[in-house]
Amino acid sequence: MSIDMSQFHQVFFEECFEGLEAMESGLLSLDIGDIDSEVINTIFRAAHSIKGGSGTFGFTVVAEYTHIMETLLDEMRDGRRQVTKPAVDVLLGSVDCLREMLTSIQNEEDVNMESAAQHQAALEMELNGKTGGGEHAAAPVVHAAPFVVPVEEPEEEEEIDEEQGWKISFCPYLSLLKTGNDPVRLFRELSVLGKLTSNVNIQDVPPFAELDPEECNISWELTLVSDATEAAVREIFSWVEEDCALELAPLAKPKKVKKPKPAPSPAPVVEAAPAVVAETAPVVAPKKAAPTESDPSKNAPKASSSIRVDTDKIDTLINMVGEVVITQSMLGLIGENFTMDKVGQLKRGLAQLERHTRDLQQSVMNIRMLPISFVFSRFPRLVHDISTQLHKKITLKLVGENTEVDKAVVELINDPLVHLIRNSLDHGIEMPADRVAAGKPEMGTIELKAYHRGGHIVIEIVDDGRGMDKAKLLAKAIEKGLVEESTIMTDKQILELIFMPGFSTAEKLTDISGRGVGMDVVRRNIQSLGGNIDIISELGKGSTIAIHLPLTLAILDGQSVAVGDETYIVPLVSIIESINITEKMLNKVAGKGETFKLRNEYLPIIRMREIFNVKSGNATKSNEGVIVVVEGQGALCGFLVDELLGQQQVVIKSLEANYRRVEGVSGATILGDGSVALILDVPGLVRLSVR
Amino acid sequence: MSQENEKPIAKEVAQANSEMPITIQYLSFVLGKEEYGVDILRVQEIRSWEPVSRVPNVPLYEKGVVNLRGAIVPIIDLRERFALSKVEYTPLTVVVVLQTGSGSHTRIMGVVVDSVSDVISVDKSEIQGAPDFGTKVSNEFINGLVSVNERMVMLLDVDKLLTLDTMELIES
Repeated sequence: MSIDMSQFHQVFFEECFEGLEAMESGLLSLDIGDIDSEVINTIFRAAHSIKGGSGTFGFTVVAEYTHIMETLLDEMRDGRRQVTKPAVDVLLGSVDCLREMLTSIQNEEDVNMESAAQHQAALEMELNGKTGGGEHAAAPVVHAAPFVVPVEEPEEEEEIDEEQGWKISFCPYLSLLKTGNDPVRLFRELSVLGKLTSNVNIQDVPPFAELDPEECNISWELTLVSDATEAAVREIFSWVEEDCALELAPLAKPKKVKKPKPAPSPAPVVEAAPAVVAETAPVVAPKKAAPTESDPSKNAPKASSSIRVDTDKIDTLINMVGEVVITQSMLGLIGENFTMDKVGQLKRGLAQLERHTRDLQQSVMNIRMLPISFVFSRFPRLVHDISTQLHKKITLKLVGENTEVDKAVVELINDPLVHLIRNSLDHGIEMPADRVAAGKPEMGTIELKAYHRGGHIVIEIVDDGRGMDKAKLLAKAIEKGLVEESTIMTDKQILELIFMPGFSTAEKLTDISGRGVGMDVVRRNIQSLGGNIDIISELGKGSTIAIHLPLTLAILDGQSVAVGDETYIVPLVSIIESINITEKMLNKVAGKGETFKLRNEYLPIIRMREIFNVKSGNATKSNEGVIVVVEGQGALCGFLVDELLGQQQVVIKSLEANYRRVEGVSGATILGDGSVALILDVPGLVRLSVR
Repeated sequence: MSQENEKPIAKEVAQANSEMPITIQYLSFVLGKEEYGVDILRVQEIRSWEPVSRVPNVPLYEKGVVNLRGAIVPIIDLRERFALSKVEYTPLTVVVVLQTGSGSHTRIMGVVVDSVSDVISVDKSEIQGAPDFGTKVSNEFINGLVSVNERMVMLLDVDKLLTLDTMELIES
């Protein structure tokens, strides 16, 4: 083919994966007793467009495989087949299999034919085992008709069991397309009258090099099963009468019409070339057109279920916004030292500039925002599978799926969430019998919530399971030597133990969880996103794990603090409060470190001067300065700084782009005067101070 | 020669492929009494010294970072890097902004030098290998020696010079 198809591959794969997700969620939402035909239609449409697309692109393995799925779904759609749980499970399995196949193709690896064949066999068994439509129900691949226009597929696969109808021989002249007529549209009109079957004759199609896309070289043998009159049929062709040879003959006797199947594996060229001719549209069109056109009465698929914006472009845009923010703060600085009478005016103008900057900033940020349902949508499947595997009864409730979060968060939050949900499934929710014994409903519930709070997004995983046994946690930690036996720990600290590497209380390992790897990784991942994770758990009642994440990773609210002559930015998120230090608040602990008393708690002090080796400025006395109380690594501690300077939004700049990672520093930003200030990495500093 | 500046890549390719005598231009600068040269194609710009923001807990020769039109760029003191005696920074102190790496992994860094002296054209065949000075002098950064008007110029390998990780090891 002269058109480079590979440029469409990425789009094709994205569409396929979206389609698979739609199929998956549709299958999971199917209620066996009470089938919603719209759901089946959605699943069918998704399967159909994957088939059409993969055929167009020459991925015949996928097309063939999807075809069998489609046949099964088609029968369900028509009510000729009962929707049973095993059938749904087989379909779910094949969704996985398809996903695998597509991933392999996408990565240009060989498709694992073995597992595909297994799934295919299961599908075929399901298809043949319980045929719903009588003796001639679909055997998966019987006839390989040369080619069928994709648009027609759903209709073609109908079976004919009525007598009345017309056999139509439709041979358009070469000029048909030039008159603006489209055979596909005719067929669609015909299919309104009754069941339409088409058989394509492409023997007149010239070799591809000689093919003129504006000439119609194809002819059709159509079988219309309908009680429509000849006049009604001729009416449809009235516009093209002069451009074609048309023959109508009534169907003579009741018969089983051969079910022409779309060729499962014709040579890609054969398949694609007629598509071009038939539609006189770009080659990709059939794939797009098929799902919508095959079923015009149904709602069109959602206009945009995803955004595809080049991330580089977005990043450039964000850099520009960053510049605006910087300019604004520079102006702000000039304004402060401006002494003429227009100061008031200038300041008003500046305020406006600031407001506009913020608006601009926000709208730009929104490009990066995606609904969290991108992540959440895969969990129903996970819960379904694992609860079946564990013989537990669990429902998953999703709340706030439309909450929007930064794209980067969406991409990185998935793995930690999977891990947490698996934990809840495996350790949290008890076996049904145990639940009943504990006076709880047999059906366990896991709730996955997302909501905005302040400048944060909070994701909560709430289960009503057995909760965590703090005594057991502590005993295990002591046994593993992770904590000293004599240590007195708060409840919160005990729960925090599960984040320690190598910590697991599971009695036995399962393939789902219990190896003690993971929670530390989960926490590290979340911290790398600038968030934190909290656990609340009550024995016997359940656990709540709350993840707090910043809305965006590009701009941060910061508190600037002075240490000597240097300025640092503390993320406002991690600041609990700031207090002036007084002599009597300070206590030395065994000469090792310092603590101060904040109300009823003793918190460790980190002297910024010492930890960062600041030598400039007047050395403050040990009892002067401000303590910024921050939360890092799940614990509170105090940073001792010289002075608080002010709060501002700062644009996060990477220190690593031209330089390297520096411990205790998460990034850098440019201040109003053009100088660079480092942004403190609070958890990192806490770690640094322990050493 | 202006063509070379316009098409640095083409020039490098030509350099690799042909046996023709090729002249390379170097920017030479002075550190104390020593003269060094860097491939001029690696030089992004020359700036005067301006105060940097110190970065904590890094080797002393990494002076800190500055804002170079929105990018955070580290500044390295070559005198300290080569263990030469320190001098006070004056308005005449120069920062040469160099580019390292290739393709999408370019980084820019500033190096502090006493002063920039000249642009020298060197025929590739005139470059002598650097003698081994032992471990005391970091001759691993030196690509070669060349003599220009009876002065010896040490040609620096920018990529090696600005690889900070190895610098750390040497420091310790």
